[in-house]
Amino acid sequence: MSEAVLQDLDIRAGAAIADGPEWLEPVRRAAADRFAVIGFPAARDEEWRFTPIAPITRGIWRPSPGVAARVPADRLAPFIFGQAEWSTLVFVNGAYSEALSRVMDLPRGVLVGSLAEALRGDGAVLRAHLTRHAPMEGSSFTALNTAGFRDGGLVHVPAGLDLDRPVHFVYLTTADAEGTAIHPRNLIVVERGAHASVIESYVTLVPDAVYWTNPVTEVAAAAGSWLEHTRIQRESERAHHVALTQVDQQRDSHYRSFSMAMGGALARHNLHVRLNDENIETLMYGLYLTRGEQVVDNHTAIFHDQPNCRSWEVYKGVLDDRSRAVFNGKVFVRPEAQKTDAKQTNRNLLLSDWAKVNTKPQLEIFADDVKCTHGATVGRLDDVALFYARSRGVPKEAAERLLTYAFAAEVIEEVALEPVRNELDRLVLSRLEAQRGGGAAGQG
Amino acid sequence: MLEIRDLRATAGDKEILRGINLTVNPGEVHAVMGPNGSGKSTLAQVLAGHPAYRVTNGSVSYDGKDLLDMEPEERAQAGVFLAFQYPVEIPGVSNAYFLRAAYNEIRKAKGLEEIDSMDFIDLLEEKLRVVEWGPEIMSRAVNSGFSGGEKKRNEILQLAVLEPRLAVLDETDSGLDIDALRIVAAGVNKLRSPDRSFVVVTHYQRLLNYIIPDFVHVLSNGRIAMSGGKDLALELEAKGYEWVEAAAAAPAGAGA
Repeated sequence: MSEAVLQDLDIRAGAAIADGPEWLEPVRRAAADRFAVIGFPAARDEEWRFTPIAPITRGIWRPSPGVAARVPADRLAPFIFGQAEWSTLVFVNGAYSEALSRVMDLPRGVLVGSLAEALRGDGAVLRAHLTRHAPMEGSSFTALNTAGFRDGGLVHVPAGLDLDRPVHFVYLTTADAEGTAIHPRNLIVVERGAHASVIESYVTLVPDAVYWTNPVTEVAAAAGSWLEHTRIQRESERAHHVALTQVDQQRDSHYRSFSMAMGGALARHNLHVRLNDENIETLMYGLYLTRGEQVVDNHTAIFHDQPNCRSWEVYKGVLDDRSRAVFNGKVFVRPEAQKTDAKQTNRNLLLSDWAKVNTKPQLEIFADDVKCTHGATVGRLDDVALFYARSRGVPKEAAERLLTYAFAAEVIEEVALEPVRNELDRLVLSRLEAQRGGGAAGQG
Repeated sequence: MLEIRDLRATAGDKEILRGINLTVNPGEVHAVMGPNGSGKSTLAQVLAGHPAYRVTNGSVSYDGKDLLDMEPEERAQAGVFLAFQYPVEIPGVSNAYFLRAAYNEIRKAKGLEEIDSMDFIDLLEEKLRVVEWGPEIMSRAVNSGFSGGEKKRNEILQLAVLEPRLAVLDETDSGLDIDALRIVAAGVNKLRSPDRSFVVVTHYQRLLNYIIPDFVHVLSNGRIAMSGGKDLALELEAKGYEWVEAAAAAPAGAGA
């Protein structure tokens, strides 16, 4: 069956596997072989227990078209934010669109562009990092991506440089994406002492299209580097999205992630961060807004391998209708990782009686001199706070929206880049207005 | 402007208000005092429409309208304001955002146009002076991490911005040090006007040294046991609440 999937996706015989430099080919073949052996996760697999992947595993998917469909710029516009000097890489149904992308003046040596294009040149950066961080052994989805990826975003910031203009990867699907599987592959390498901000957006022009996005993003944060990495997942609410972000951090580096999920029938984001040296700081923030029968799953894993590191994680969810959220937060602290300071929080707000949350902190601590805490809550809007807002003249529905927004905004505030914060705010507000009876104007 | 007649209210199974009668005219300041558990905070919250209390009997008319028939937001839009004893923290929303949302809802209810954020900043500048605050407070999340004194000042700031016609202050003096008390009381005094009435709920006479009431009522066991002028508060301070309770237990006609 796994072999059939590879055939359907044109991974065995197709162009993808032979595409790119020589060193990559055996890696891709090994990944395809790996997938052929392990197949998709079984229903009893603990890692996938609460994640209904049957629509993916039972579906028959075609490979995505290799060339970018034409999309008028004004249809892309609603998904673009930030400032004119930001670089934007646009991928239409997985293929890089030169016409829609815009790479601005960059400091000398900085690389921002399509991965496929960079692979034609085979730089040392790719050889050192591409497929070197995301392990395919344990994951079917990563193996499949590694075997089948065609393109993606690449950012390389050489040592000591400050890429003060953020880079935005936009993955846009059109009607042509219907029935296809897309395997975007992103690589972000921030060298010693360098700074960067990267945003990944997954958006669609067809809100009811059925497709499957299977992205893998590898991040290498070298010693003393600083990286803000935001992910905005707004796929079609009938699409499937299973993603891995794999981060390797070195000494004195600072990595901050914000993962926003509001799209997908099934959307899962695995965020794995390995702290390979001392004095590392890792901030992981997340927000998910679900409705209808959406299932949104966040699996995070942080590997404290070395002493004196700090990780701070806050994921919040707002669930409506019959939607469901899964949160699994793993924290591994190795025996040598003394003085680890790790805190994890998952808070959920239920707007409906039928929404459900499966939340599970999973701490495995083998060092004795550490500070590790975790907490999870599932609740409703606070009656007293609601009364407080209403007693100030705010009608009940608007007060509910205001407090729901406040709940979400508290984690959005943690994003360092202001235009990103504003965009996240806007997305939350517009979702709340769509959800709760047409906004304040509807109050009459 | 406010007529409370034989008001009874319960929290759960427990009857807390057991027949309150009170008339407040425009411009008057009424102090409502009483020992813990006498029902004074309940009275304040029932007037604002707190959902935890159920009115079982009686009526409250405000400007000729049935106040008890109105939702909390309708009461606020009609000019009723409750300064909370324990103001609620709302992390994630700035003071400015919250206050402008409230201000605009009240304007909308009056059929007025909403105010934009620029004009609102101008309006705030003037209102902040009432509580001797700078603009920094407006970018902080509503009451979030505020000290007890800051929370109470924030309530008075909201009062200043929303310009109610009936302001009910629920133990606004509790938890305040002397400086905060002075600022809060001075704020209230600046907001006194011939068409704005106050009901000041307090346990201690102290606040009434700053906010001089026209009338003082003493609650005991869910009823007004005694009413008088501002001197009643001083007498209470000297004699204690037992004195009122003893007087209330005396035969009818012995009270005020």
